[in-house]
Amino acid sequence: MALFQAILCYVFGALALGAALVMVAQRNPTYSAFALIVTLVSLSAVFGLFGAPFIAALQIIVYAGAIMVLFLFVLMLLNVRTEVRAPGEGRVFKLVAIGLGALLVGEIGSVLVAARPALAGGFDASARQVARLLFDARYLYVFEATSILILASLVGAIALAKRDPSS
Amino acid sequence: MSPTLIQHALLLSLALFAIGVVGVFLRRNVITVFMCVELMLNAVNLAFIAFSRAWGNLEGQVLVFFVLTVAAAEAAVGLAIIISIHRHKDTLDVDAFSLMKW
Repeated sequence: MALFQAILCYVFGALALGAALVMVAQRNPTYSAFALIVTLVSLSAVFGLFGAPFIAALQIIVYAGAIMVLFLFVLMLLNVRTEVRAPGEGRVFKLVAIGLGALLVGEIGSVLVAARPALAGGFDASARQVARLLFDARYLYVFEATSILILASLVGAIALAKRDPSS
Repeated sequence: MSPTLIQHALLLSLALFAIGVVGVFLRRNVITVFMCVELMLNAVNLAFIAFSRAWGNLEGQVLVFFVLTVAAAEAAVGLAIIISIHRHKDTLDVDAFSLMKW
């Protein structure tokens, strides 16, 4: 059972990694969006295998369901074409970017490898337990504040995307 | 489930974050750049979930919940800004959006 779980973790992890690479390599934004959906769904499976069923469901509903539909909607709305390669990019900048990127990966990697995580027994992360913590006094006000954030972003999105009536 | 598996999940999170960073610098389409930012957020979520499992602490999952909420709000406002800019400039190339550049 544990072996099966581990195999599934690696399969979905590899799927997420491959789809992410496709997303970055792809020039057509619509294909990138579909690759990102594959990544998000695979990551949701990994979340479920790591004992987070509530977050796995939220990932499907909010990310793959709502956010990616919004992205695809905008892509269809704006009639996006495949991007063209810009002429004459600075070679020096590219080298500096690769160096800084390697530095970032090395830094985070050294921290993660040094972390040496343990494994807690008796882990229960059902929706009931997560909700108990979410509505705890520590997180209750933050939780309520997110509703104001959502309302603000709703009003902001409408105000920004609205066509100016004077023009 | 073993500590090695959690270690590998953290390395996967690192790889996804790095791919997101590369995408932000590599791609010229502003919507693809935005999708790469979403990928980076998800890489961090994976690290939160892995640490939450490692230490048997649910606060990581609560933080992922807040990250999801903020990502949804950010996507809505960001895409509205992109639509608004596209209306003025008629392009999605990031290099065209230099109005606030010094």
